[in-house]
Amino acid sequence: MSLLKRSDHPLARRERWKLGEIVFWVAIAAVYFVFPKSLVLASQILIAGLFALSLDLILGYAGIVTLGHAAYFGVGAYAAGLLAKHGWTEPVSGLFIAALASALVGWLSSFLVLRGGDLARLMTTLGIAALLYELANRASPITGGVDGLQGVEIAKVLGVFGFDLYGRTAFGYTLVVVFALFVVARAWVNSPYGLSLRAIRENPVRARAVGVPLHRRLVTVYIVSAAFAGVAGALLTQTTQFVALDVLSFQRSANLLIMLIIGGTATLYGGFVGAAIFMLVQNQLASINPTYWLFYLGLLLIVITLFLRRGVVGGLLIARERWFLKRAAR
Amino acid sequence: MTAILETRDLCMSFGALAVTQNVNLALEPGARHALIGPNGAGKTTLVNQLTGVLRPSSGAVLLDGEDITRLAADRRVQRGLARTFQINSLFPHLTPLEAVTAAIHERERATTGVVMRCLRGVSRNRVQLDEGQALLATLGLERDADTPTHELAYGRQRVLEIALALAAKPRVLLLDEPAAGIPEGESDELFAVLDTLPADIAILLIEHDMGLVFRFATRITVLVGGAELVTGTPRDIAADPRVREVYLGQGVH
Repeated sequence: MSLLKRSDHPLARRERWKLGEIVFWVAIAAVYFVFPKSLVLASQILIAGLFALSLDLILGYAGIVTLGHAAYFGVGAYAAGLLAKHGWTEPVSGLFIAALASALVGWLSSFLVLRGGDLARLMTTLGIAALLYELANRASPITGGVDGLQGVEIAKVLGVFGFDLYGRTAFGYTLVVVFALFVVARAWVNSPYGLSLRAIRENPVRARAVGVPLHRRLVTVYIVSAAFAGVAGALLTQTTQFVALDVLSFQRSANLLIMLIIGGTATLYGGFVGAAIFMLVQNQLASINPTYWLFYLGLLLIVITLFLRRGVVGGLLIARERWFLKRAAR
Repeated sequence: MTAILETRDLCMSFGALAVTQNVNLALEPGARHALIGPNGAGKTTLVNQLTGVLRPSSGAVLLDGEDITRLAADRRVQRGLARTFQINSLFPHLTPLEAVTAAIHERERATTGVVMRCLRGVSRNRVQLDEGQALLATLGLERDADTPTHELAYGRQRVLEIALALAAKPRVLLLDEPAAGIPEGESDELFAVLDTLPADIAILLIEHDMGLVFRFATRITVLVGGAELVTGTPRDIAADPRVREVYLGQGVH
């Protein structure tokens, strides 16, 4: 029985790579040539975007709220830093090991985090991140404490591209890693597995009643999200060759949430757009008025959450849908 | 014939309040069994114990002879025990096709590879998508397949409740008041759906609409105060003076 024309089907249309998406990634790659002096900032935006994507996986797609996602970012950052400091300078394998370390911490903390309701989750995630922060602070012989981890040296990427002062290698390396992980995340959320996560977010009781192993799914997505966050942290370490204690700070977790909400949850791109807006606004406002920039950031956040409920990307998607409907009506 | 679903002295109480008292039910394969009783008789509580939402205080639930009393809800679905909900419990922003396809994927997850399940798009897993389409078509939902669930008419959502349960290819199906919220006398469409359900599935129907119950069931159990009052054929039940007493003024026909 063939009831649907495959390529026209809404499901197939959603999964297909759209022109806008290709333009998005080409535009990011073009930054390398157009803004060669801003590559350091651009790399940091990409890293923050990947970090926000990791949050989107649990918050946007599985409905798990958190105020302590910096825990996994920080574990990844320190893992990569400590490896490099103690002689393991090869960057790609460093990323893998950092991802594993974060995944392990994610798995261990999932027992605490996934237990309760939303409020309990906010508190346990906050608590875990605070514990790790203080642990890194106290273990200054190992981590450098408040002074940060110094003496991180990273070998050439693939033995060819050495990290330079202008951030050229850093940008290219970051872009390739982030894009590769994005492709994986994109395939994942569009897969039957991703569908089951959406079902859980929509109605957990019913999801169980159609046979979804609820807890196992949430644990898995939490581990994957932690691993993604760990890679983001490791990228920051490798591209800056330094680990600051604030990789584990509450401020980082809070900013992350702000970025994702500004950009829009459950859109995959929301994290990147939100990270770009956040960091560019921060950059601009801080240079105009270094003391009061938070005021305008607060204003922006209120306006977006009140008038663009699904963030910038969500708003764009709704506008696009309306435009199509209007055109179809004509 | 051996029972596919059986309860043995099932008891449950909330504090001092006994909501299920020594219930012994037995459904044979392909059974059309109805569970009736006045409001508060403990019908939904019983369904919740059968499906693993609530844990009984004592007694056992057996599926095909195996004790499933301590099994999690999703594991019971995997073993072929599916249910619908009295109040629509659906996925508001998923389309019916997405919802049933999700259920089909869960049923088949033991036999599909990790790559297919985790990295291949839903639309490219064609076997499951086709099955979902076909299932919706047999229930008359094919035209609603791609409309978000929350935009569907109430009656359509009631049918989707059943479609979701059927996607699990159950051996036992528990229908918790499928006609709830549908005006009396307008349940014909729903009966038509119930009538087409595969004959080999054992069905336990919980329903207030007596017209529907007496057309559908070949055996009826009356539950009062959490305990079984009587079990018998529709004719026995209609003639039973105790049942008449319980339903006094509610008119069993």
